[in-house]
Amino acid sequence: MNKELLGILLIFGSTVLLAIPLGRYLATIYRGDKSWTDFLAPFERLLFRAGGIDANRGMTWQQHLVALLTINMVWFGWALLVLCTQGSLPLNPDHNPSMSPDQAFNTAISFLVNCNLQHYSGESGATYFSQVFCLMFLQFVTAATGMAACVVVFNALKEGTTEKLGNFYNYFVKSITRVLLPLSLALALVLVFQGTPMNWAAKAPIVTVQGDSVNVSRGPAAALIGIKQMGTNGGGFFGVNSAHPLENPTYLTNALENGAIVLIPIAMALAFGFYLGRPRLGWMVFGVMTAGYLLLQVPTVALEMHGNPAIARLGVDQSLGSMEGKEVRVGAAASALWAIQTTVTSNGSVNAMHDSLTPISGMNTLLGMMTNAFYGGVGVGFLNFFVFIIVAVFISGLMVGRTPEFLGKKIEAREMKIAIIIALLHPLLILTGTAMSAHLYAGNPTEYAGWLANPGYHGFSEMLYEYTSSAANNGSGFEGLGDNTPWWNISTGIVMVLARYLPIIGPVAIAGLLARKKFIPESAGTLRVDTATFGVMVFFVIWIIAALAFFPALALGPLAEHFTLYQ
Amino acid sequence: MATKSQSLFQPALVREAVGQAFVKLDPRVMFRNPVMFTVEIGTVVMFFVTIGLLFKPDAAQGSFGYNFTVFFVLFLTLLFANFAEAIAEARGKAQADSLRKTRQDTPANVRQPDGSMVAMSSAQLQKGQVFVVEAGELIPTDGEIIEGLATIDESAITGESAPVIREAGGDKSSVTGGTKVLSDRIVVQVTTAPGESFLDKMIALVEGASRQKTPNEIALTILLAGFTLVFVIVCVTLQPFAEYSKTPIAVASFIALFVCLIPTTIGGLLSAIGIAGMDRALRANVITKSGKAVETAGDIDVLLLDKTGTITIGNRKATHFWPAPGVGMQEFIEQATVSSLTDETPEGKSIVELARDNKVDPAQLRSRLDGAELIKFTAETRSSGVTLGNGTRIRKGAADAIRKLAEAAGNVYHDDVADRVKAVASNGGTPLVVSENDRVLGVVELQDIIKPGIQERFERLRAMGIKTVMVTGDNPLTAKFIAEKAGVDDFIAEAKPEDKMQYIRAEQQLGKLVAMMGDGTNDAPALAQADVGVAMNSGTQAAKEAGNMVDLDNDPTKLIEVVEIGKQLLMTRGTLTTFSIANDVAKYFAIVPALFMVAIPALGALNVMGLKSPQSAILSAVIFNALIIPALVPLALKGVAYKPVGASALLRRNLLIYGLGGVVVPFIGIKIIDLIVGAFL
Repeated sequence: MNKELLGILLIFGSTVLLAIPLGRYLATIYRGDKSWTDFLAPFERLLFRAGGIDANRGMTWQQHLVALLTINMVWFGWALLVLCTQGSLPLNPDHNPSMSPDQAFNTAISFLVNCNLQHYSGESGATYFSQVFCLMFLQFVTAATGMAACVVVFNALKEGTTEKLGNFYNYFVKSITRVLLPLSLALALVLVFQGTPMNWAAKAPIVTVQGDSVNVSRGPAAALIGIKQMGTNGGGFFGVNSAHPLENPTYLTNALENGAIVLIPIAMALAFGFYLGRPRLGWMVFGVMTAGYLLLQVPTVALEMHGNPAIARLGVDQSLGSMEGKEVRVGAAASALWAIQTTVTSNGSVNAMHDSLTPISGMNTLLGMMTNAFYGGVGVGFLNFFVFIIVAVFISGLMVGRTPEFLGKKIEAREMKIAIIIALLHPLLILTGTAMSAHLYAGNPTEYAGWLANPGYHGFSEMLYEYTSSAANNGSGFEGLGDNTPWWNISTGIVMVLARYLPIIGPVAIAGLLARKKFIPESAGTLRVDTATFGVMVFFVIWIIAALAFFPALALGPLAEHFTLYQ
Repeated sequence: MATKSQSLFQPALVREAVGQAFVKLDPRVMFRNPVMFTVEIGTVVMFFVTIGLLFKPDAAQGSFGYNFTVFFVLFLTLLFANFAEAIAEARGKAQADSLRKTRQDTPANVRQPDGSMVAMSSAQLQKGQVFVVEAGELIPTDGEIIEGLATIDESAITGESAPVIREAGGDKSSVTGGTKVLSDRIVVQVTTAPGESFLDKMIALVEGASRQKTPNEIALTILLAGFTLVFVIVCVTLQPFAEYSKTPIAVASFIALFVCLIPTTIGGLLSAIGIAGMDRALRANVITKSGKAVETAGDIDVLLLDKTGTITIGNRKATHFWPAPGVGMQEFIEQATVSSLTDETPEGKSIVELARDNKVDPAQLRSRLDGAELIKFTAETRSSGVTLGNGTRIRKGAADAIRKLAEAAGNVYHDDVADRVKAVASNGGTPLVVSENDRVLGVVELQDIIKPGIQERFERLRAMGIKTVMVTGDNPLTAKFIAEKAGVDDFIAEAKPEDKMQYIRAEQQLGKLVAMMGDGTNDAPALAQADVGVAMNSGTQAAKEAGNMVDLDNDPTKLIEVVEIGKQLLMTRGTLTTFSIANDVAKYFAIVPALFMVAIPALGALNVMGLKSPQSAILSAVIFNALIIPALVPLALKGVAYKPVGASALLRRNLLIYGLGGVVVPFIGIKIIDLIVGAFL
């Protein structure tokens, strides 16, 4: 078998194998059952006492949301403050300047919402202080926010009727102490051993083999990269992210960083089943997610390994695959694997330039973010999926002649209204954002010439990608887009905020409303949701609701490019 | 009763519906249906574009003919959707009207407040008026007995010939118009004002004036509004996209894309489906007080069924003669037969039949009745019989009633007879004791006959996930026997109305939805408590008020049909929604290449159907979109067939038919239409 293919099969296979026990473990700690990490409990109690928090107080879904949003506001203020003043703060050996207000606004939001869209380059745009105490800090807490919100939904779907859905701070702190910290620490350690810097030193001048003298950036990179991969954050220490030789030095680090992208999202889907004591349910969710993921992944790997016909026509050998924008140490297959995994989850770190992917691969990365539920971000991926489950349950409930119910709770007009708003939000943000930019550009191509490196279909894809990435809280860029301008900073900033909080508020509200309803025991007439049939239904609901709306846009971007390229 | 096998499109109804289809174009009416309302807006825009082209041709917008065709097809789409709703309404109204006609006009003897009597027509009776009915007369209208006791033949409505006893006070005080008083005289107070009967209420519901959307319908409308909104966004943002790509798009193409993508199929049929559901209930002779009740019926988990009439045939049948010690079999059979020859009750008739089977010829016994006096069954004596010309008194009746007679006359009531009575009861039967001059002759065993096919119906219910509970006044032994034989899941024996109530409460506590049927006033709380309460038309006014459906046939098995009607209603909505949304895939592949093919020839690759030209592709898509609505009207009216095969199997089946079918059918349909349309362009 082709060595490259074997490599990516091993990466994905072993990630899934790791995710299964991790899923069980997540269910255990969130249920509050005994686990081997209980030795951390005194430390957690200390944190709660310091914060004056009663971690045993049950909260209603509204209280959860208030807690979540309040703490996010505080973080936003902190991030804005640090980014605007980083030039004068300590730990800035390279003397990088403070950010401009619109860039700081964009960056603060981008990290606050777990998106990590970067309209700056880490080497010159941030300082070690802001990287560690602002950006890395947010990478931990925002990932934990998503996980905590997800557990609230898990809790609400238990049997019986209840108002109280556990304690937000308890879920939040445990997500960090028991999951994110240990996993990122382990990954960071491997990275350090593989050559990723972990120091506070300034740039080092070196002379390359070619005889050029360059300044190489260093800093506390390994620590940030660990959580960047684990928490579906994706905001790299260096500008080119994991394509940078120090951020992702070897094939081994590439494999581990890549596996880390999907590890917690997969485990979270499985944890859903384990948490409710219905493992089949977790497997159904995992199955649907994996089917959707593979539908995007397989053609991408094939196309990238096949090479680019336009370059082949120039007489350049394409036997290694389409290598434009890719790293030789990683190769075409592993780059394709990363490209899809980083976009189906809301990670957004890259090890190759998505701008250079063949058109259909580029479209698949877009589709991964447009659906945003095939694994999805830590915690929030399941929340998005949950909305699609609600819609699928509703339609299929009607199809079997029963008032739709999910896990013993009736789905009625209120839940439907919320689910539809959330499902609508994504196409709304992406399409209107892109439409406004396209309109501006079309109205005055010379004034906005700086926006698009490639006009035409590809330029359209670049704009579409930027908004899709923002709305999916992904944060990867198609590059080629001159995005550090007030228009892009502010418009994507707004998209990011709306696309982060509404899809958290919506599912939590639905779950909270469901939890209050009377529980209906299962009977032979009840539609079982842990079956393959229902899985197929969810799968099609996702494609038809989330993907179909983008068909015209995709036709004008990647599809037009593809059919022109492969004519 | 109206003919049940009406064809779907009777010419008179179609004519009425076509007229209504135009009336319903009124935007104030259309506004209730967000999906079709947006189509109406699109049609109006197309109208102005077309008119504009007449004065100032614009090559970018296409020819006048093309634009007019698009406008016309959109207009047809609206009419088709309105027609679907109108035909459903017309059918419902026709059904209700024919039901109303079955209520015949009968004379009534009204007692005035001053005590004088006035003859009136039943149609003139007002609520609160009091009338008197004597033996042999028809009861003119529904009411409550305020004086007297009578045996009443309700076979005209119930189909059951055994007379029932109705008396003032208590639960059995309600009488129904059209039934006949057999004995005694009663004074009845009218309980419903003319025009306010349940039937009248139901007609108002069907006609739409008081029709409210059910919770499921509201939720579905939200979903459909969501889908409509998505495509508003898609179409509006397409304009700047096209601007960027330098591919101008004509107004007709925008509107065509939008109308094709929004779920017009289900949007156009939604209210027709709801009305048709109530209409189907009405066709089954069930009057529903709201559309919600029909839907709830589809969700029922537990079904409380009365034994008599539901599980067993209302009439018990004689199955055995058991002579008392010292009495010859021949003698016993003969005397039992003689006492039953003039007895018109089903029990009496079945005794004669059983005698014939035992080689006793009833015709030869008839001569003994010369000069005989018939003794009718009364509620007090609880026995009936004959006194022959020679003075011989033959009586048959309940065991304790005959026992009292025998013991009063100083005759022995044999232990053997008492044992036999007990044995018959524990075997699920009813013992009838026969005496001659107060001497016990023996026991006739009457057995409940389990309805043929009832086991299969319960099997079907079980497959739907519904638990059946038999309610009976019988002792637990008899009840258990019959319950097992009929295959019900549970039973309540020696049931008092409070027991029903308790059972319902307990099941509801577990989160289950319960349906029950009842007739008595003391059933009223239970009927109100049950999620679906079906009151029999013969029941008391209180019962009818408490339930949310009234069964005109007083047929307890009706609950099963009602459940299926409810399920069908939801399924029809679900499957047509799926079909409608699945259609979008093909429509995209028809319209998107048509929009861009001229400016971006490479996108011709998306024209997988090989449609002739952009214009023919767009026309084919809108024509398909319009035609699919009338094509599906029959399905909307009849409902999707329900098969009790379990929810997952049902979902698989419907996904295959309506999901996969919904993807494939439009590809074929649009291609065929394109071949035809292409020939004209």
